[in-house]
Amino acid sequence: MAASSSDGEEEDLVSYGSALQPLQEGERIKKPVPLQEQTVKDAKGRYQRFHGAFTGGFSAGYFNTVGTKEGWAPSAFVSSRQKRADRTVLGPEDFMDEEDLSEFGIAPKDITTTDDFASKAKDRIKEKARQIAGVVAAIPGTSAFDDLIGPSKITVGVELLRKMGWKEGQGIGPRVKRKPRRQKPDPAVKVYGCALPPGLSEGSEDEEDEYQPEDVTFAPKDIMPVDLTPKENVHGLGYKGLDPSQALFGASGREHLNLFTGGSEDTSNLLGDLRHSKGRKLGITGQAFGVGALEEEDDDIYATETLSKYDTVLKDEEPGDGLYGWTAPKQYKSKKRSEGEVKYIGKILDGFSLASKSSTPRKVYPPPDLPRNYRPVHYFRPVIAVGSENSRLQKALEESTGKLESDTAQQSRHALNASQRRERLGETSLKGPAPSVLEYLSEKDRERLKEVKQASEQQLKAKALPQQSQNSRFQAASPDDASHKWQVLLREQLANAGSSDFKPFARNPEKQRRYESFVKSIKQGEKDTLEHCSDPSMTEWERGREQEEFFRAAMFYKSSNSTLSSRFTRAKYEDDVDKVEVPRDQENDIDDKETAVKMKMFGKLTRDKFEWHPEKLLCRRFNVPDPYPDSSIVGLPKVKRDKYSVFNFLTLPESTTPVTQATHEKIQQSNNPSKPKKPSRWDVSDKEKEKKDSISEFISLARSKADVQQQPPAPAAAEERETGPSESPATEVTNEEKDQEEEESRPSMDLFKAIFVSSSDEKSSSEEEESDEEEQTTTSVVDSEPTKQVDLPGSSSSNVQENVAAATDPGVSLLPAAKQELDAAEEFGPKLPPAFSSGRFCRLLIRKEKHRKNREKHKTKKEHKHKKEKKKKHKKQKNKGKHKNKKSEKDSSSDTSDSSDSLSDIDTTGLSPKELLRR
Amino acid sequence: GSIDSTVRCWDCRSRRPDPVQVLDEAKDGISSVKVSDHEILSGSVDGRVRRYDLRAGQLYSDYIGTPITSVCFSKDGQCTLAASLDSTLRLLDKETGELLGEYTGHRSTAYRLDCVLSEQDTHVGSASEDGNVYFWDLVEGSLAVTLAVGRSVVQSLSFHPTLPCLLAATQGQVQLWREETFQPEGDGPG
Repeated sequence: MAASSSDGEEEDLVSYGSALQPLQEGERIKKPVPLQEQTVKDAKGRYQRFHGAFTGGFSAGYFNTVGTKEGWAPSAFVSSRQKRADRTVLGPEDFMDEEDLSEFGIAPKDITTTDDFASKAKDRIKEKARQIAGVVAAIPGTSAFDDLIGPSKITVGVELLRKMGWKEGQGIGPRVKRKPRRQKPDPAVKVYGCALPPGLSEGSEDEEDEYQPEDVTFAPKDIMPVDLTPKENVHGLGYKGLDPSQALFGASGREHLNLFTGGSEDTSNLLGDLRHSKGRKLGITGQAFGVGALEEEDDDIYATETLSKYDTVLKDEEPGDGLYGWTAPKQYKSKKRSEGEVKYIGKILDGFSLASKSSTPRKVYPPPDLPRNYRPVHYFRPVIAVGSENSRLQKALEESTGKLESDTAQQSRHALNASQRRERLGETSLKGPAPSVLEYLSEKDRERLKEVKQASEQQLKAKALPQQSQNSRFQAASPDDASHKWQVLLREQLANAGSSDFKPFARNPEKQRRYESFVKSIKQGEKDTLEHCSDPSMTEWERGREQEEFFRAAMFYKSSNSTLSSRFTRAKYEDDVDKVEVPRDQENDIDDKETAVKMKMFGKLTRDKFEWHPEKLLCRRFNVPDPYPDSSIVGLPKVKRDKYSVFNFLTLPESTTPVTQATHEKIQQSNNPSKPKKPSRWDVSDKEKEKKDSISEFISLARSKADVQQQPPAPAAAEERETGPSESPATEVTNEEKDQEEEESRPSMDLFKAIFVSSSDEKSSSEEEESDEEEQTTTSVVDSEPTKQVDLPGSSSSNVQENVAAATDPGVSLLPAAKQELDAAEEFGPKLPPAFSSGRFCRLLIRKEKHRKNREKHKTKKEHKHKKEKKKKHKKQKNKGKHKNKKSEKDSSSDTSDSSDSLSDIDTTGLSPKELLRR
Repeated sequence: GSIDSTVRCWDCRSRRPDPVQVLDEAKDGISSVKVSDHEILSGSVDGRVRRYDLRAGQLYSDYIGTPITSVCFSKDGQCTLAASLDSTLRLLDKETGELLGEYTGHRSTAYRLDCVLSEQDTHVGSASEDGNVYFWDLVEGSLAVTLAVGRSVVQSLSFHPTLPCLLAATQGQVQLWREETFQPEGDGPG
């Protein structure tokens, strides 16, 4: 402001600036605003406050607070579903204020020349200069700073030169024809390492100038400043270190072809690092990371081969190769090269040359010819001749495969059993524990089984004896002849058995070991087996006993094969807990129902009625009051029972038969401690008892009616009916024997029997009692007496009930006969009346089992009496006949089953009080 | 009813995955389950018809002998009808279990075939393996009508609860049978 000329009255004065407004009268002169009170306002009149950010202060948002007067304007929700496509990427400008975008902001939006329109020459010149400087300068890479301070405009001189036809990269001067080479570099010179005459700028062309087009002129080469720097480092020859320009800028990757490697050698000798200035070797030639100077190939580690690095168009000048004007095609160069040079791809170190003679080729020996039938797979097939010296090996083999090798050769595919096939196929054995069945049994049961086994095997032996005697005729008749036969027998069995995990003597490991060696030796057919596997400290007698044991155990193993035993599982309940939860009410035996159905007597006979507790919620959902509001039971009520009671597993009519005194006592002993507190199914309610009575009542009624109707036919006729149409009593006896034999040669039944242990055989034992009355008259009398006695008071006193009681009287004697009849029925299986359904048959079996088991129990004591008993039974059977046939007229088809059913029912009623008594 | 020999009752309201009660009294697979207002009727392959009476808290088990294929209540709630694999339908008194009627003539030996009672309990119907549907008079037990539904087994059969209208399924076909007087869309004699 020039305020000096104010107030001047002269017109000729030149005035600058604008005059202040004239002061009003009486107005005080304004004081200038002090500097600290001066404010800066922006275009909109807002105060600008200086925050020190970016351009040095701007007002952010709405008066330095937030975006608008109302506060942050929340961005409206935009569904990204529709907007997904045009979602924009926000740049920094989106967050800038408008001041930043103005002329003086950090991102001015004025018009500037872009790279496309800027002079290319600027870059290229700068690049060249930088490259030179970068290599030459004391600190490599410092030339990068030149970019920052270098002039951004093309100088006038350059502009003039361009107008004269100069192009960047060319030398200055008239265009010239390429002259023939003045001096050819002698290869010898190279070899001896002498300094070459400097071709300086043209040196690299020297060798490629054979091809000379006539009318082509070249611009003179650009002259590079010569920089002769001595080698003052201790690097190896040819070592250049990492080229900073390459490392920093990644430029001149296009040079990686290195067309003029060989030719440039001499130049680099003289020029040293200057070679780089031509841009020819801008790859990482130095190999700073331990790669030798020779490995030129590693130049290309970081280079990428793209087509843009190659010249595809013939142009006036080839930029970048440093040889402005003309670049010889590659093939001319390669023509000159010797064969060896072509082979050796790589940089030859200075002072070395490739060998002209190649070394003699290495002699190659061909591999031997393979035989025609050679297969490159090796498999083992040890074939061991049976001999004494390798018996051990053979034994091992035998153990591993479970059989002799020769056996497998003989056995056809179909002769194998499952485990053998499994071994052949290489499958693993069955999952889970595969112990023998025996392990699941208690000690006592095992004893029992052994006894059974022994008995049956003695028979078997007796049978096998005549056959075996032929086989073993070479064996001397010796006191232990029997044991030899055992062995022969055993061997046959064991040959089929797989690897045994049968451990009958697992409790006594010593004994088990002995047993195993015994089995092993038996398998191999050795004699005197026990002599070397028994304990020498044992007495003769002990040894003999053990041998017996082993035999029996080994024999038994037949039936409890591992394949069978793997099907069993461990006990669900603990062994010491001998009570099981069992539904209190079982649906009764279906036998009588079966008959009832046959007779179409639906109703009471086929109906079972149980107390059943529905879930409370279920009642609510059904909109029905809970019938048992204060019971916590759901479903059928359950009671704790003896675990081993056969009644838990079989659906037999309750309270079957009298119990022998012995077993009775035994059971009592075993159950006594827990008995008083345990509720039992014998504690049935009166109502239930009545129900049962009513059923039996019904049956007995029907029976007594039939009884009255029909006088017994001749006993012989009855017997005929039972045993079969053509059976005479004489044959019956033999049949009986046969039957017995048959039973005993079938061990599987015994096994099952043994599983249902002591408490289960009440009924059959009673039968047994009766059949051998001579011995046990006392007990049986004791048995049958209380039955009757209790029966009378226990039953509701009605006429029919008495009838039932009366029926029990014959019923007691009736029982064996019934059983006998069943035996007969089983024996003459095919002639069974069609009325026998499967369920019926099951029951037969069960009964028979019991019977047999009982017999077996007594066997040891009185085996000699067995047959006598049988005969006696038959006699009784005759007596029985009349009872049995009572109904036969009425319904002949269901006769036998029906009568036996009614019998069993009578048993039920008659004996449940008996059970009560026991309690 | 399940092949694992249980009848399971779920509570639909609580949406619990576990059944409220499992009726596992059957010894073999359950082939048929019917529910009345206070009873659950199940027929099992073990040859028994079990009726769980929730109101009385009793389980009535009627032994038929042969595998039961289908059970149903009569409309009056007094009887139960059980079809079994011996080609017989049995009408049982619900309370006593007595046999009120037997209906034979159809063939049912291998398939699980349905039995029905007509809408007024006048007739008893059953599908058959010979491609017919048989109807018997309920009281007399005489064969009343035979409907030739198809050539193969009549897989499923159901009777309308109130109308004389029958649905039968065979060989990928569902047929609707109406009485003869029925006009609009009836496609067969009733």
